[in-house]
Amino acid sequence: MKFSDFVAADAIRSSVKARTKEGVIREMATALVEAGKIPAGDMEGIVKAIMKREDLGSTGIGRGVAVPHTKHPSVSRLVGTVAVSREGIDFESLDGEPVQLFFLLVSPPDRPGDHLRALENISRQLRDDSFCATLKAAPAATDIRHLLEEADSHGLVS
Amino acid sequence: MSERTVVRQVVVGMRQGLHARPADMLAREARKWQSRIELVAGSQRADGKSILEVLTLAAEAGTYVVIEATGPDADEAIDAIGGLFERNFDED
Repeated sequence: MKFSDFVAADAIRSSVKARTKEGVIREMATALVEAGKIPAGDMEGIVKAIMKREDLGSTGIGRGVAVPHTKHPSVSRLVGTVAVSREGIDFESLDGEPVQLFFLLVSPPDRPGDHLRALENISRQLRDDSFCATLKAAPAATDIRHLLEEADSHGLVS
Repeated sequence: MSERTVVRQVVVGMRQGLHARPADMLAREARKWQSRIELVAGSQRADGKSILEVLTLAAEAGTYVVIEATGPDADEAIDAIGGLFERNFDED
């Protein structure tokens, strides 16, 4: 699976204002509403479901990256977005590092395979230190989009 | 101090597959042991102590995974990691 298969380009945010876990999740969910990817009326439910998932254990997967996510019946296919925090946010990650790079995923309840393949793609691409660092330093949303496109076109797995 | 390798095959029993939460549990458990811990699924190999690497396996429900532990506490490590799979990482 490629980034372009699930990342809503219009919902990418290069500099989130939020300073808390819930704040950044809310900002990203709002971006998905504005991009027309999730219904406005379902946003609160989605934010609550993502926070409930975080309570089970942080989705901070290390290297300053987190993948907050949930299943939700309001989407018929996997949708997601990317955001960067300049300052970094305490996400109770495995390695204790603050998180600067966020991939938020909302998947339909009956498609666990797609969710796994999105996680696989994110994890595989972010093993590349320079890709990770360049994404965190991207000045604008369009730069993030271009970096993701570049990763997609150089990937060996489709 | 022996450097023996212990190997065990397990199967992913969780309906959602080896997703972020079990991958996190697995990496946390693996880090408790001195032994090197690797997971093999199909043609993919991952460092069990890295959640990022574990997630690259994209192991869906029903996938066979081979755990390899190498080091002085390999037996205990493989029991601990194997145990996580046996109890489905406390889900479902």
